[in-house]
Amino acid sequence: MTNLLILQGLNGLQFGVLLFLVAAGLTLIFGVMDVINLAHGAQYMVGAYLAAAFTGLAGNFLLGLVLAVPVALAFGLVLEWLVIRRLYDRSHLDQVLVTFGLMLMLNEGVRILWGSAPISVDLPEALSGSIPVWGTLRYPVYRLAILGAGLGVALGLWWMIHRTRLGMLLRAGASNRAMVSALGTDINRLFLLVFGAGAMLAGFAGAMMVPVISAEPDMGDTVLILTFVVIVIGGIGSIRGAFVAALLVGLVDTLGRSFGPILLRSLMEPDMASQTGRTLAPMLIYILMAAILAVRPAGLFPVQR
Amino acid sequence: MRLSDRAMLVTFAVLLPMPALFSAMGEPFLTVVLTRALIFAIAALSLDLILGFGAMVSFGHAAYLGIGAYAAGILAANGVTGLEVQLPVALAAAGAFALVTGAISLRTRGVHFIMITLAFGQMAYFLMSSLSAYGGDDGMALAGRSTLFGADPFGSSLRFFYVTLALLAGIWALLRAVTRSRFGRVLTGTRENETRMQAIGFSPFGYRLTAYAISGMIASVAGVLLANHAAFVSPSYMGWARSGEMIAMVVLGGMGTLTGPVLGAIAFILSEEALARLTTHWRLPFGAAVVLAVLFTRGGLLGALRGRR
Repeated sequence: MTNLLILQGLNGLQFGVLLFLVAAGLTLIFGVMDVINLAHGAQYMVGAYLAAAFTGLAGNFLLGLVLAVPVALAFGLVLEWLVIRRLYDRSHLDQVLVTFGLMLMLNEGVRILWGSAPISVDLPEALSGSIPVWGTLRYPVYRLAILGAGLGVALGLWWMIHRTRLGMLLRAGASNRAMVSALGTDINRLFLLVFGAGAMLAGFAGAMMVPVISAEPDMGDTVLILTFVVIVIGGIGSIRGAFVAALLVGLVDTLGRSFGPILLRSLMEPDMASQTGRTLAPMLIYILMAAILAVRPAGLFPVQR
Repeated sequence: MRLSDRAMLVTFAVLLPMPALFSAMGEPFLTVVLTRALIFAIAALSLDLILGFGAMVSFGHAAYLGIGAYAAGILAANGVTGLEVQLPVALAAAGAFALVTGAISLRTRGVHFIMITLAFGQMAYFLMSSLSAYGGDDGMALAGRSTLFGADPFGSSLRFFYVTLALLAGIWALLRAVTRSRFGRVLTGTRENETRMQAIGFSPFGYRLTAYAISGMIASVAGVLLANHAAFVSPSYMGWARSGEMIAMVVLGGMGTLTGPVLGAIAFILSEEALARLTTHWRLPFGAAVVLAVLFTRGGLLGALRGRR
């Protein structure tokens, strides 16, 4: 039981860190640029496909990953330049529709280029084993690597936002955009940068997940919805909120799926328990979100404006 | 008479002889397609009440479509095919779901509201996906067509078309009355200026929640029709892509008017059908069309009509 708890706990953390990578970009894009981007999940998918394609070309996953990240960044920059910058003075509704259309196009574009079948990627030798973590319990090295990389990125983001000039501009932009612009910062360049960085983070998350879940069309949709839940719980625009909420959602979802039916079994018949558990588990994070919003409508860490 | 009303009467007049025209053309299947468009017109009308008149951008409206469809599907699977039971159950279930989720969602505004309604929509989607007794992920075939006091309103594609058209006309008239009533004017007032409405003594929450519930209930009627039309019920009816499509129908048609969403839904379903016949990858040009339409037009189809006057 302890082993299972640790195992699922690690799984939950790893899932949470992954959600954070996607959510960080989305919450920054909303917080700084006031743009709601439904194509953000598609950028996660694009990252996954890029990694798969480059791994195929280079013959090595790590090289593929390294190549995929800058291309994901370039993709985000082009997308901002072509479409997103036309949305800054539009209503949220227009933004929703345009990015929804973009998402349809990207999902279908991927289907045209690579087909509907999932594309899987093999792990390099060095990362494919598992190591002991607790007594007899072993855990895959690669999943630990994802966890480590995600935490590293989170730390780097925290450092950038709180300790650099760029971060200062981001924080200023999130609380008063017009003032930052009036003080002589090129706000359009800042926006381009934020959008590109967001696309890169989402792409990085997708690229890292390819060996675990393989790339397929529409894979970004589920992640996008979960990311929405994360940033709503965390408080839209707050990186710290996104981090806490991402780990919370990751843990609640993973632990709920594995321990929900076990806990229910002590309350009701086994058949009934597994059926109820299967029904309740996917809904758990939405119930969590509703409960948190009922108490704090602006999320756990609301951004002051 | 307002432009919107005249455009609507013209639309009804054009729709009325369509099945005869289609069968004369030797394409009776088009009647079935058009019926589907009218079902979505009902759904889009219901969404317009909250989106256009109440400025509540709900991204989970497909959930109500699904609730209606599953009410018909689950009751039919248990041997209850009468619309006299199915419709009240669908309306009650949709109303209850709308009241509970609406009460939570309406504590927030703007982007929060969009994301929360989206999340609740997905919650309903996952709930239905996990109902393995009723098909789960794969959905289930409708056990029997809905009947009305023993009569068979959906028996032929022709009858189905006119029943749907009549329902659409009735719901249009109902919503026209609602939006022009005192209730409707207060709702529109909270859209324009919430603070001012509060200052003159209205509490927007109750009005918004009521509109949200009415909207969900009307969408569930479209859901019952959709289940009969496809003779199939599946969680995909309530997916978030469907909610996005419904928003596109309303906005591209012209939100805040009752004619716009009807035109938008018809244009949307027909172009979807036409593109799908040309290529399996119809979503690519379709997505591009949505992007370009929003970027380069304002006010939707009805706005374009208005602009030419």
